[in-house]
Amino acid sequence: MYSKGLKPLSIATVVAMAAWLAMVFFYAPLDADQGFVQKIFYVHVPLAIVALCGFVAGGIFGVLHLRKRDRTHDFRSYVAIHMSIIFGTVVLITGSIWARASWGHWWVWDEPVLVSFLVVFLLYCVYYPLRFSIEDPDRQARYSSVFAIAAGAFVPINFAAVRMAEKFTHPRVLSQTGGSMPGEMRLTFLVGIVAVTLLFITLWKFELTSKNASVQLKRLRRRLEATA
Amino acid sequence: MPALPLDEAGKYVAGAYVVFFTLVVLYVSIMASKIARIDRELTELVELAERDEQPEKEPVA
Repeated sequence: MYSKGLKPLSIATVVAMAAWLAMVFFYAPLDADQGFVQKIFYVHVPLAIVALCGFVAGGIFGVLHLRKRDRTHDFRSYVAIHMSIIFGTVVLITGSIWARASWGHWWVWDEPVLVSFLVVFLLYCVYYPLRFSIEDPDRQARYSSVFAIAAGAFVPINFAAVRMAEKFTHPRVLSQTGGSMPGEMRLTFLVGIVAVTLLFITLWKFELTSKNASVQLKRLRRRLEATA
Repeated sequence: MPALPLDEAGKYVAGAYVVFFTLVVLYVSIMASKIARIDRELTELVELAERDEQPEKEPVA
């Protein structure tokens, strides 16, 4: 059911990630201001963008679940949020490493980009206790979808708030005027976004396939044990 | 802050990429262990189904 197209997707992910890494270290020029440390940008920012998009996708699947009453959409929403939390953990760790290298501190509380991402991350950490504290499967799916929609709507607000903030310590990479990056850096960054997006989708499909197989096995076991 | 020299910046860049790939490898390992468990359970279920299909032997008089 979920494993359709997984093999070509996995191959595309490996190829895209290899191309991305090669471009980061052999193609993209060194940043004039930050030097070699700026290479962290190519892993940190695509991961952050994809994690935030994953949270929004979780909200969209939540809407689909509430509209169609189809449990598969709740399942997709849950796995999208689960994957985004994993990606978000890497974003926070790589962000801290970059902050230490650039500013001399592991965490800077007056930096809106860092703090707003942490707020979103902590908000989604509530999703697990909420979901697994409800035993009734229908109620669990419904409440989780409502949370996913409400929290998913908060993510673009967070993104807009960061954009409107006065301090722009992080470079603006996605803007209507093209941002401040030279062509090679921009291309490397865009390949990074494609590679990380493919990685997210591949792992999302793997997780869905694995969880679905576990559920089907439990059903089969119950049926076999009932007839035995 | 001025840009860090390459030898000092290298450990931070390596740290960031190592964290990323370690988590990816860890995740893939967890997926592999889940698939192994599913495989074991499936084998058990096949054995259970085959046992049920076999007709019970009549006791020898």
